[in-house]
Amino acid sequence: MKVEPVTLWLDDRLGIGSIAQLARKKEIPIHRHSIWYYFGGMTLFLFGVQVVTGILLLLYYRPSAETAFESVQFIVTEVQFGWLIRSVHSWSANLLIATLFIHMFSVYFMRAYRRPREVTWLSGVFLLLLAVGFGFSGYLLPWNKLAFFATKVGTEIAGVIPLIGKPMLRFLRGGEDVTGATLTRFFGFHVAVLPAISTVILAVHLILVQLHGMSVPPGLEGKNLRKMKFFPGFLMRDLIGWILAIGVLAALAALFPWELGEKADAFAPAPAGIKPEWYFLFMFETLKLLPPKILSFDGEVLGILGFAAGGLVWFILPFLDKHQRTRRRPVFTVIGVIVVLFIVTLTIVGFVS
Amino acid sequence: MNSESRHEEHMHDGDCANCPNRMSASDSEPPTRRRFLNYLLGTGFVGTAFAVLYPILKFITPPHLIEAAQNSVTAGKVSDLALNSGKIFKFGNKPGLLIRTASGDFKAFSAICTHLDCIVQYQPENKQIWCACHNGQYNMSGANVGGPPPRPLEEFVVNTRGDDIVVSKA
Repeated sequence: MKVEPVTLWLDDRLGIGSIAQLARKKEIPIHRHSIWYYFGGMTLFLFGVQVVTGILLLLYYRPSAETAFESVQFIVTEVQFGWLIRSVHSWSANLLIATLFIHMFSVYFMRAYRRPREVTWLSGVFLLLLAVGFGFSGYLLPWNKLAFFATKVGTEIAGVIPLIGKPMLRFLRGGEDVTGATLTRFFGFHVAVLPAISTVILAVHLILVQLHGMSVPPGLEGKNLRKMKFFPGFLMRDLIGWILAIGVLAALAALFPWELGEKADAFAPAPAGIKPEWYFLFMFETLKLLPPKILSFDGEVLGILGFAAGGLVWFILPFLDKHQRTRRRPVFTVIGVIVVLFIVTLTIVGFVS
Repeated sequence: MNSESRHEEHMHDGDCANCPNRMSASDSEPPTRRRFLNYLLGTGFVGTAFAVLYPILKFITPPHLIEAAQNSVTAGKVSDLALNSGKIFKFGNKPGLLIRTASGDFKAFSAICTHLDCIVQYQPENKQIWCACHNGQYNMSGANVGGPPPRPLEEFVVNTRGDDIVVSKA
């Protein structure tokens, strides 16, 4: 069988040629900060791992307060390689958040959000919110004690927001309290709503990256930089990273299998030493440190509104950093360093306390 | 193309800017008709969108379940609760905390932390009520004395009837 006519036939109907042309044209600038270019692709790979392992878990998972915990128990004890798939799903979720944060802060410090990449930044922050939504909704699904209280606290935090808080809390919980109704809802968010939205936003994000090409930090702009072809040079390097990631995930799953804990009980006190997932720790610690009353306001309300305001400022960052051509913007670098230090310090405090 | 057929074509377009002068009487007519049709179409779209979205919004808002108002409940037995200890009991569908003090008195509170909705517990070693989630502390009267809780716990009335401990809302 001749190969040529088949590719021609396909090209005629699907226009593969132009995609191949695009892939051939795509180039990656090489400079001392190039290493950071890998973290977006790594996050995308881990997202792929989540999709595959998530679909596998769906084959056995049963989403109700009576069956959820037992079905996860069944997956990790009875199903062949169930322990592996479930642990990889949990570990990959955590690594994904980590690589996403690294990707975001590298974009921040290299000021890659500048014109014309504002929308790429907006879609990226939106994807971060979606990832956190995935994490929060997925955390409840095993229906264990830690998840139960994490969800109580998390949804209560949403309920603290003035005006929209209470309706939002009822919408999230599927009622006044965290019950089986909440689990059913979170399951729906986790496997249908969030994946659908993420697919669209991720597509926009990736198309924009192709459209604008790779950003070069302001200090290196205009310099005659070496370039590497995306295909095959950069993609092969990406692949090495992904294979390493598979190894790391398998090792973590085997050495530190994700615990299931005890089944949730709506009439048991919160267990001592309860903590949220590490990526919520800095907010958790901040809420713990705030006094009950600041002036005449509840401390936690101010804290939560403060985080919401900070998130909004972070979202519209490209429109605040207007001086596109200035090489150095120490203000923004200083703010970024403060944000990173704040998050890292309070996360460490959360771990050791 | 004669002028009449050209006019017809323009009528189809609904754009009469280049019409011959003799058509000036009807010049304003097509845009008005178009505006009217656009208005109808727009209203139709908005109406349809509302008719589709309203049931969806109502659907995702969970229904208010009517709970049987419960004013008192048997929370446990005197013989089951040791001195200086506490237990969680069900008050309707909410958790309550029943405490037997070191001196043998009974106290009962809502077990829902006023900070962020966690369930509190009695700490015999410190003789206080403690929330594990954010290290909130309440004294034996339910007053918030440490950590982030902004308000005291709701206190219930405790009566003993024989061996039964009956808790009721004040």
